[in-house]
This record gives sequence, structure tokens and C-alpha cells, in this order.
Amino acid sequence: MKRARLLLPLLLLGMVAPFAVAQVRRARPVTNDPALEQRLFNLSKNLRCLVCQNETLADSQADLAEDLRDEIREQMKAGKSDKEIIDFLTARYGQFILYKPQVTPTTYLLWFGPFVLLLAGLAVLFRYIKQRRELIPERPLSAEERRRAEELLRTRSRKETA
Amino acid sequence: MLRYLIPLAIFLVMVVFLAIGLRRDPSEVPSPLINKAAPTFRLPQLKEPSKTFSAADMRGKVWVLNVWASWCVSCREEHPLLLAYAKTGAVPIYGLNWKDHREDALAWLGELGDPYVLSVTDLDGRVAIDYGVYGAPETYLIDQNGTIRYKQIGAVTEDVWNDKILPLVQQLNREGAAR
Repeated sequence: MKRARLLLPLLLLGMVAPFAVAQVRRARPVTNDPALEQRLFNLSKNLRCLVCQNETLADSQADLAEDLRDEIREQMKAGKSDKEIIDFLTARYGQFILYKPQVTPTTYLLWFGPFVLLLAGLAVLFRYIKQRRELIPERPLSAEERRRAEELLRTRSRKETA
Repeated sequence: MLRYLIPLAIFLVMVVFLAIGLRRDPSEVPSPLINKAAPTFRLPQLKEPSKTFSAADMRGKVWVLNVWASWCVSCREEHPLLLAYAKTGAVPIYGLNWKDHREDALAWLGELGDPYVLSVTDLDGRVAIDYGVYGAPETYLIDQNGTIRYKQIGAVTEDVWNDKILPLVQQLNREGAAR
């Protein structure tokens, strides 16, 4: 128990340490225009860093990501719209740079594939249920079964009234 | 019978998908620049910074643009091949020295040899962004009209050179001569 009590702060410290380093690196001079930085962040969090691939352009500390952010910054200062900047980037790096790819014939499968699969799954499920239902024939109760059922009902209602 | 065949079919489809998917290199991003005009640039030359070089200077020629840097490990790997291919004179190779220090780049060429007709320096990586570069080395084959015909991401290997780049160079030269 005592060891566990010691372990926890250590663990927490270990979790915090990498962020401390990242913070130091992030303190790189940017522009002194918070609105522009916010716009850059909003745009670049939907863009892929091509070096790390699983990181957004907003998060990445890769050299290329910094260059691309500088490029976007300058285009924003030049008054380019977000769409123009995205067109600029996709013309050079392809749709891959977008975390949310545009809907084009090449991405139809990506966008609609899951829904097609869902519909196919539902169709299979309904067919299966229907088949199962047909396997159970509706059989009227025999006289003996009806008598037993009525008896069961009677005993139950007597218990409830008691 | 069907109840055994369906899982088997699903299994086979997955095998095919995985066999193709797992073999592909996820770091290779298909370039949208193939068959598009090579972005223009005018940059100072590495060895003589007072002189510039522009992609437009290469109009009418088939040429190779190789993105390299002294800090790039794979560049070192492909370097001997580039030296050998430059010697054959099959196609002129130009270098784009990407985000490098001039002294380091010059020392690198001095140590390993210089396969390039000339190299230009792209210190801030602006031109590299235009070319969609995201890692060195990258190699572009550009035709007489200034169109990018092929892009190699990562080191040029013997297979790439002999099977992809060289046949394309020969084809482009033939087409150019016929015109």
C-alpha cells in the first residue's frame, strides 16, 4: 500500500513530463494575431501531417508541418479563403492530406461503403428473421392444452385475490 | 453447403484485401502532380549562389529533378546509383537541395561525389511544397513540355531506374524526336 502511494505521483509525473517537453517546443514565435492563429488551428486540425500521417497538421512538430503552417499563415495573411488554401494543398499533396476527404467518385466507396454494408446487413438480418418465423408453424391448442392453460390462469388469479 | 461456403468466401476476400493492403507502403502518398505541369521556380544554385536556375530553362529537354539533403539518410543510400546513372548520360539529373545548410550540402557532395548537373537550394522549402515533397529523397521525371511524368518517393533503386524511369526517358526522347 505504501509503495502504491509512492507509485501514483511518480506515474502522474511520468504522464506530465512529455507534455512539458512539447510545451517548450511549441513556444515557437508565431504571429501576434490570435484570430489568424485560431483560424490556422481550425483549418490545420483537419489536415494530415504527411510525415507522421496519424497526426494532424495542427499537432505535428515535424519540420514539414511547420513549413506548411507557415505557408498557410502567409496565404491567410494574403487574404486567401480556407477553400482556396485547401485547394492549394490538395493540388500538391492530394486528397490524402484531408482528414475529411471530399466526396468524389474515387471516395464514394469510402463515404458510402459503410452505409451500403449496413443496409446489406439489415437485409440479411430481416431475411433470416423471416425464415426463422416461417419455421415455427402456428398450431392451435389441443383441448387438453387449453384446459391446462385455463387451470393455470385460474390458480394465478386466485392467488392474486387472496 | 452454403453455410460453409459463405464464411470461406468472406475469408478469401479478406485474404485478398490484406495481401494487397499490407504490401502497400502507407508512407507512399500518390502524387496528384503526375501529368501536371511541373511548378515553376527560380532558385539560386548551390555552387554559385549568384546564379539562378529555373525549371523553365529546361523546356524542350527530358530531365530528372532529385530532391536531396545532407541530413537525409536515404539520399546517401541512393547516391552511388545516381552517380552511376549520371555517368551514363541517359538523362540529366538536377538536384533540389531541400532545407539544408549550404556548407553541409557542399561538404556532402565533396565527400560522396556530385551526380548533378547542378543543384539549387530551397532553404525554406517553399518550392518543395509546390512539388508536394514530404520526405527526401523524391525524384521527378519531367518531359520536354515541362510536365511531370513520374515521381519516385523514397530512394531510387536499380529496379525503379531500369523499369520505370529509363523506359519513360527513352519513350519521351523518341516522341520528342518524332515531333
